[in-house]
Amino acid sequence: MINFYAIKAIYRFEMSRTYRTPLQSFASPVISTVLYFVVFGSAIGNRMTPIDGISYGAFIVPGLIMLTVMTQSVANASFGIYFPKFLGTIYEHLSAPISSFEMVIGYVGAAATKSAGVGCIILAVSFLFVPLEIEHPLLMIGFLFATALCFSLLGFILGLWAKDFEQLNVVPTLIITPLVFLGGSFYSIDMLPSLWQTVSLFNPAMYVISGFRWAFFGVSDVSIAISLLSLAIFAMIFFAIIWRIFATGYRLRQ
Amino acid sequence: MSAVVQIKNLTKRYGDGKLALKDLSVEFMRGEIIALLGPNGAGKTSLISIICGLTTISDGRVTVDGFDIQLDYREARSLIGLVPQELTLEPFETVMGTVSLSRGLFGQAPNNDYVEGLLSRLSLWEKRDSPIRELSGGMKRRVLIAKALSHAPKILFLDEPTAGVDVDLRRDMWRLVKDLQAEGVTVILTTHYIEEAEEIADRVAVINEGQILLVEDKHVLMNRLGKKELLIELSDSLIEVPQGLASLGVRLQNDGRQLSYSYDMATEKSGIPEVLGALKAEGIGFSDVHTEQSSLEDIFIELVAER
Ligand SMILES: Nc1ncnc2c1ncn2[C@@H]1O[C@H](COP(=O)(O)OP(=O)(O)O)[C@@H](O)[C@H]1O
Ligand SMILES: [Mg+2]
Repeated sequence: MINFYAIKAIYRFEMSRTYRTPLQSFASPVISTVLYFVVFGSAIGNRMTPIDGISYGAFIVPGLIMLTVMTQSVANASFGIYFPKFLGTIYEHLSAPISSFEMVIGYVGAAATKSAGVGCIILAVSFLFVPLEIEHPLLMIGFLFATALCFSLLGFILGLWAKDFEQLNVVPTLIITPLVFLGGSFYSIDMLPSLWQTVSLFNPAMYVISGFRWAFFGVSDVSIAISLLSLAIFAMIFFAIIWRIFATGYRLRQ
Repeated sequence: MSAVVQIKNLTKRYGDGKLALKDLSVEFMRGEIIALLGPNGAGKTSLISIICGLTTISDGRVTVDGFDIQLDYREARSLIGLVPQELTLEPFETVMGTVSLSRGLFGQAPNNDYVEGLLSRLSLWEKRDSPIRELSGGMKRRVLIAKALSHAPKILFLDEPTAGVDVDLRRDMWRLVKDLQAEGVTVILTTHYIEEAEEIADRVAVINEGQILLVEDKHVLMNRLGKKELLIELSDSLIEVPQGLASLGVRLQNDGRQLSYSYDMATEKSGIPEVLGALKAEGIGFSDVHTEQSSLEDIFIELVAER
């Protein structure tokens, strides 16, 4: 038996938080993306040679979307579960007839919806700046949502683990954003010296960005199969960690 | 009456080693209002938190309407509503939003009529679209009660419900508790105010240092342990207690304007006729005679001292 009403209630509650703060939820990621386009796409991009036959302005579109989707997923999901913990309102979830699985679906689903939605908005905006043709549109959308889900799971772990707002902020700033930046959001791994190419192979974000770019242009740093597999493995690892956290009551139930 | 919550040999040890509940066993009866009475740190919140699923069990077993709270947590928790001790609410959410969340969490389909009725009953209907941060403390408390009742639970826990609550809300709350009882809801409330237990509860469980000292019908408890005091208002104040009265144990108080005599309700002979006889013999005039029952506070102090 699954408590569908609970999943729906959590999901709606989390989404309503988004609509209450439209500026923070939608405007700020869109504005920062436009800035990236202006700076990288137009100002610098004009001086860049095309990469794999793709203009630099177009090349960075998948990277920019991934940058936003990954960071926003982590931010949304971690905040979503951390805030009730911080306020103490989590008591209600703990006393409700819901399984940890249902709680994860509600929170992670809402966080992923938000960040994937922002990703779609950015995609729409990018059509205003660069001519774009997407080779595998269905795969692209699927990949977008899968990435949003995967990184929302990671954010959920972060939110469960964090004891204060500093811990909540430090992980995205010190780990996730650098990994995404260095994972080829703005360049092809081929452009790096060989040592750094090898280092990049240890960057999980690189596999995801590469796969997403393949969906756009049919070219990528690693094969699409490896990208898809990595995404599935990451999601499974994150899910297993969450399972473990709930099973032990870690930082939720004393 | 049958037990609706059964707690057997419950022990709670927190991560830091603190033993909050020690092999505690108690039963709450279907349809009763029972007060868990104990000082701060007695373990009241710990006990409630375990029954409601907020805290893990270290040892022992709890069943709610026959459902084990660990094995059959869905069934058990569906029956329970909890009003926590602290005013924990999302400040930016609206009253309606947060009550709808509660109802959904407890697996109930949206029901506008029920929620409207509930909010009206708690004088919250006008405020349904207000963000919670704009509400007064008393209103927030009402919202917490509305959340706890959003799924029409059969068992309601109120943890220190009157802490920081004004007279109006207190009165409303007691009326609501009585109404809920009439509808068949079992109400368990914690308090460290004795008057509160005395005022509202059918039975009182006295808890201290993680153990139940006793569970007793309120009136039986008062009768068993209660002392009564006979107070005699004098027409003219006295300097000292006359010999005939002093020998019976009568004391003088209130600047010599009142005589007081304590007697045990459990004993056969109260000694009151002797006191009144002595008054007459001494020729002492009095304007009024009344009795006062000792409060649960006295009883409690006595119980803790006995241990
Ligand atoms: N999370 C916790 N970790 C460690 N000790 C706790 C925790 N919660 C309560 N305690 C301790 O357990 C004892 C019982 O506390 P509590 O159940 O809150 O009592 P009450 O509600 O009767 O005031 C107290 O000594 C308290 O300090
Ligand atoms: Mg308490």
